[in-house]
Amino acid sequence: MQKLKRYAASKAGRDTLISFGIVIAAFIVMQSLLAADAVSSLLESLLVPICAYIIMAVSLNLTVGILGELSLGHAGFMSVGAFSGIVAATCLSDMVAFEPLLLAISIVIGGICAAIAGVIIGVPVLRLKGDYLAIVTLAFGEIIKNIINVLYIGLDSAGLHFSLLEQSFTLAEGGEMVINGPMGVSGVSRISTFTSGFVLVLITLLLILNLINSRAGRAIMSVRDNKIAADSIGISTTRYKLMAFVISAAFAGMAGTLYGLNYTTVTATRFDFNTSILILVFVVLGGLGNIWGSIIAATLLTVLPEILREVGDFRMLIYAILLIVMMLFNNSSLKRRILEKRGMRQMEKAERSGKEGA
Amino acid sequence: MKKSLSMLMAGALLVSALAGCGSNNNAASGNTDSADNGNTSATVFKIGGTAPLTGSAAIYGTAVQNGATLAVEEINALGGDIQFEVIFEDDENNTEKAVSAYNALKDEGIQLSLGAVTSKPAEAISPLHEEDHIFALTPSASSPATIEGNDVVFQMCFSDPNQGLASADYIADQQLGTKIGIIYKSDDVYSTGILEQFKAEAEVKGLEIVAEESFMDGMDTDFSVQLNACRDAGADLLFLPIYYTPASLILTQANQMGYAPGFFGVDGMDGVLAVENFDTTLAEGVMLLTPFNADATDEATVNFVTKYEERYGETPNQFAADAYDCIYAYKQALETAGCTPDMSASELCDAMMETFPTITFEGLTGDGAGITWNTDGAVSKSPKGMVIQNGVYVGMD
Repeated sequence: MQKLKRYAASKAGRDTLISFGIVIAAFIVMQSLLAADAVSSLLESLLVPICAYIIMAVSLNLTVGILGELSLGHAGFMSVGAFSGIVAATCLSDMVAFEPLLLAISIVIGGICAAIAGVIIGVPVLRLKGDYLAIVTLAFGEIIKNIINVLYIGLDSAGLHFSLLEQSFTLAEGGEMVINGPMGVSGVSRISTFTSGFVLVLITLLLILNLINSRAGRAIMSVRDNKIAADSIGISTTRYKLMAFVISAAFAGMAGTLYGLNYTTVTATRFDFNTSILILVFVVLGGLGNIWGSIIAATLLTVLPEILREVGDFRMLIYAILLIVMMLFNNSSLKRRILEKRGMRQMEKAERSGKEGA
Repeated sequence: MKKSLSMLMAGALLVSALAGCGSNNNAASGNTDSADNGNTSATVFKIGGTAPLTGSAAIYGTAVQNGATLAVEEINALGGDIQFEVIFEDDENNTEKAVSAYNALKDEGIQLSLGAVTSKPAEAISPLHEEDHIFALTPSASSPATIEGNDVVFQMCFSDPNQGLASADYIADQQLGTKIGIIYKSDDVYSTGILEQFKAEAEVKGLEIVAEESFMDGMDTDFSVQLNACRDAGADLLFLPIYYTPASLILTQANQMGYAPGFFGVDGMDGVLAVENFDTTLAEGVMLLTPFNADATDEATVNFVTKYEERYGETPNQFAADAYDCIYAYKQALETAGCTPDMSASELCDAMMETFPTITFEGLTGDGAGITWNTDGAVSKSPKGMVIQNGVYVGMD
């Protein structure tokens, strides 16, 4: 108990406990409401996308908040994960009958494919800094979108068929197109569930929070805070940059698979520049480097436009105004004062307990 | 420890507050679109549909909403046994939003559905209709995938392949052009669906396709490359199986570069005259194939067009007409099946699935032979060729 108390008093410990607390509490509340049938179908349909967006936001926070590099192509990795995961799920559906297992395998494959894409993109891109890196990641996001737009994958008794630009293969009888170029995928069996999304969020939090609080995490943050100083003490900045970027991409891929397998039809255009920006908005609103902030921001901004359906035509206008107000508050002296007060109280408390301890 | 506990509680509170907001939707009938708020749900049939009321496809969404609302008001004003209430939710022409919109409608307790207005959202929510056993008659989602693989979704519009087929036949029969250039949107099911069938039929009919140019979402503002390719290939008729927004730009840019082939569009072209800041004289002579002709002189069309113009200040396009027809088709089917408003969505679904393939419906779209459906949900009606003259659509034959 004493140990836990000390852990909770440290900043890293507090953040970890809050993050897990929010997610687990939300899951328990939602599950009990679902069991009591007190949830509207609208909210129910939002649960899986919310989980996917939380993972997206947390993973982007690793690049933007912890590594300190602005990435504008995060949706590209989501797209890679979604499509590779769907291909995997379609191919394996005959072999693996147990849906959660099939989903887990697909998510792993989606994550691996996105990680590979992350390495391919990261190696040349991470030599750049700041604005240049942002622009290049934006370009890569669009490139991924356009490649998937001209990708044809079919499945028949002979196995998988690939072609680019045009469908150059013909499928044997009983075969089906998995990715049909610009039309994306259709007829996906929806195997993502709220529970699987919840488990994936927990895994993401566990890995990313542990990474942040580890030796590697501190090295990553030192690259963010002062690259020259980090270099001078022998930290390989390229290595740690690439590490953060690839892990971030891998989780985005897993989120993509979870998201893709929640809808019957997915197109590459769904993961465009706007989606990347949306995820970035989650991260900025939640606070750079603040993991539980990303969780709340992703949930809030996914649910908000749906709740605003009540107000009809002014929906998007009010959404935008609320977003501006929230951003202003986040950056205001009011919030700083509130936080300062809290910090003071905490310091006092720490002093007191320190005296008691002595 | 106390602090983290209080944060935990706050988190729980937040979630339950959100859930509360969500389930409140059930009770609230706070929609601005319901035609008749005076009726309670036990005496009216509640129809819902998702539509792009904002964003790049908003003209279709609002047209469908207007058309359906007009039909509901007419029917309710007559005061027969069958009374409707219609609700629309915005789907922004986005599959994710369409799923949310559909679920919002379900929360409001719809008994019958109008599906989605555009193809991809319809594809996303068709399986949900099947799962929940709610019958849908979509006014304008024309991709075959909308009705494939399920029994509960029916179409009021032509399917995409049928549009391609009819367009090629029409161009060949009326000898509108000898060298045909095509500009299509490669990441759109609607556009590619029409194109594939058009090409197949063009080959049968001996039409020569000299250029086939594509564009994609996000790259739909400059068409000089595609237009130049068509001009260089000597195309004298451009087939544009695309929506009206890029079509209006193509017309403008072709005019700027002094290229004047014939233009032939399909039902997505309908709406081009309503584009803001578009010089409608450029659309002069554009031909399109659509099931509805606002210039027709039969009583039903004249009545509809007058009322629509009075109410919304613009000429209705075929989307409005299809939606209007959907509501009247529902009325006829419900009367035939002898349904009452207190029946559940699932009971109505069974009744509608049985009734629709048996009825012949006469509406604004199609010709005197009426409109029929097969058991898959595909519609059979004949298209009309239209040409734009002096800023209005005029029937070609």
